[in-house]
Amino acid sequence: MGHVEPGRALQRRRKIFQSSVFGLFKVSAVINGLALLIIVYFLVANGWRAINWTFLTQPPLDSMTKGGILPCIVGTLCLSLGAIAVALPIGVASAIYLHEYAKPGRVLRIIRLGINNLAGVPSVVFGLFGLAFFVVYMKMGVSILAGALTLGALTLPVIIGSAEEALRAVPDTYREASLGLGATKWQTIYKVVLPAALPGILTGAILGISRAAGETAPIMFTAAVFFTPSLPSSIFDEIMALPYHIYVLATAGTEIEATRPLQYGTALVLIVLVLGLNLIAIIYRAHLRKKR
Amino acid sequence: MMSEHLDFFYGDFQALLDISLEFYENEVTALIGPSGCGKSTLLRCLNRMNDLIPYSRADGKILLDNENIYEPDVDVVTLRRRIGMVFQKPNPFPKSVFDNVGYGLRVNGVKDKANIASKVEQSLKRAALWDEVKDRLYDSALGLSGGQQQRLCIARAMAVEPEVLLMDEPCSALDPIATQKIEELINQLKENYTIIIVTHNMQQAARVSDITAFFYLGKLIEVGETDALFTRPKLKETEDYITGRFG
Repeated sequence: MGHVEPGRALQRRRKIFQSSVFGLFKVSAVINGLALLIIVYFLVANGWRAINWTFLTQPPLDSMTKGGILPCIVGTLCLSLGAIAVALPIGVASAIYLHEYAKPGRVLRIIRLGINNLAGVPSVVFGLFGLAFFVVYMKMGVSILAGALTLGALTLPVIIGSAEEALRAVPDTYREASLGLGATKWQTIYKVVLPAALPGILTGAILGISRAAGETAPIMFTAAVFFTPSLPSSIFDEIMALPYHIYVLATAGTEIEATRPLQYGTALVLIVLVLGLNLIAIIYRAHLRKKR
Repeated sequence: MMSEHLDFFYGDFQALLDISLEFYENEVTALIGPSGCGKSTLLRCLNRMNDLIPYSRADGKILLDNENIYEPDVDVVTLRRRIGMVFQKPNPFPKSVFDNVGYGLRVNGVKDKANIASKVEQSLKRAALWDEVKDRLYDSALGLSGGQQQRLCIARAMAVEPEVLLMDEPCSALDPIATQKIEELINQLKENYTIIIVTHNMQQAARVSDITAFFYLGKLIEVGETDALFTRPKLKETEDYITGRFG
C-alpha cells in the first residue's frame, strides 16, 4: 500500500514549492496594482494644483500657459460618444449575426480572423487609414465626423467581443423555450435574447467609450488640432482633445516648461475620466454577476 | 400523431432506427428506456426541435393529422405552436409571470390586451398555479419555486393552445411534492391534449400514462398499454429493464 504514497521529505518539498509559486503569483498581482497606484499618485501629486473650476470650464489663453481645457473636454466627449454611436450598432449587429445566425464553416472562420486582426491593428495605422479614407477621400476634412468614424473602427472589435460574450451568456434554454412556443428566430432574439444580454452589452459599451477617450494617434490626423478659437458647432468642425492636448503641450508648444502643471492637470483629468468609466463598468458587471 | 419508419442521425451516429409509433389522441404516452436510448431524441423530432442541432438529419415521416411535418414546405414556426414542449429543467424567461405566459400569445400576433390577460389567467388556472401567483403576476418568474416554475412553463406552453404537449422528464428536477402536483395536472390535462412524456422514472410512467413505449439503443423494443406492459411484458429486454436488471 505504500508504493504510491510520497515520503515525508517529498511532501515537505512539494509544500514549499507550492508556497513559493503562489508567493510569486501574489507578488505579480501586487506589482500590477502597485503600478496603477504609482501612476495615479504621480499624476495627482503633479497635477492637482492645476485643477480648479477655471481649468475645467475655460478655454486656454496666452499660448496655453493660462486658462483651461474646456474645448478639450468637449472634444474628447464628442469623439468618444461619436465612436460608440458608430461602433455599437454595427458591433452588436455583427455579434448577433456571428453568434445566432452564422453556420460553422470557412466563411465564419474568415470573418473571425478579420475581426481578430482588426483588433491587432496599431492605433497609428488606424489614424493613417482615417486620414486617407475619411479626411481626404470622403472629403470630410479634419473633423469630429472623421475622428469618430476612425475611433469607431478601432472600438469595433471591443464591442463585438463583449457583445458576443453577453450573447453567449444567455442560456440556450431560453432560446429553446421561445422557439418551442412558435416564435421565429428574430422574435426570439429581439424579445428574449437581446434584453437578457443588454447589461453585458452595455458594460462593453462603457469600456469601449473609455478606450476611445484615451486614444491619441487615431485622432491626431483626423480630428484634433492644436487650437480652436471656439467650441465646435457642427460635426465637420475640428476640435481639441485631451490626449492630443497633453502631447501638444509637452512637445510642440512654445512654453513647454511653463505649461508643465497644465500638462499634468490635463493628464489627471483624462485618467480620472478613463478610470472612472472603467470603474463604473466593473462595478456594474459585478452587480450583474451577483444578481445571476 | 405518429412516426413512420423514422431514422435520425447526429452526424454519422444513428440515434433512432426505424421508429414507427402511434400517439393516440387525448392519451398519455410514456417513452421509457435507459440513458442514451433515443427517447428524448424522438421527442425533439416531434416538434422539429432537433433542426437546431447542426449536422443532424431525419429520414422517414412524422405525421400530424396525416400530414408529414418533415415536408420541405412545412412552416416550422406554426408547427411548434401546435406542438408544445416542456423541458427537463424549468426555464421561465427572466420576465414577470404574466409576461412569461403571455409571451407565446404575443409572438403569435395576439395584440388585444384584454384578450391576453384573460388567456393568461385561463392558462394559469389550467396549470393549477393561478391561486399561488395571482397576487404576484408582475413579479419576476425567477422568484418562484422549482415546482411553481415548471407549472408556469406548462401554463406558458398551454397558452398558445397546442394540440399536442411534449414533456421531457418534466419532474426530474423537482421534489416529490411538486412532482405529485404535476402528475395530477397531467391527469387532468389529457382530457384536452395529447401528451407524450419522456421519463426515467418507471413508477411515474406507470402512474401517469395510458400507453408506454420502451426504447433501447435507438430501437423501439415494445409498446403497449401501460398496465399490460408493466405486469406482463412480452419481451425479455423489456422485463429486464422494468425489473431493474439494467438501467
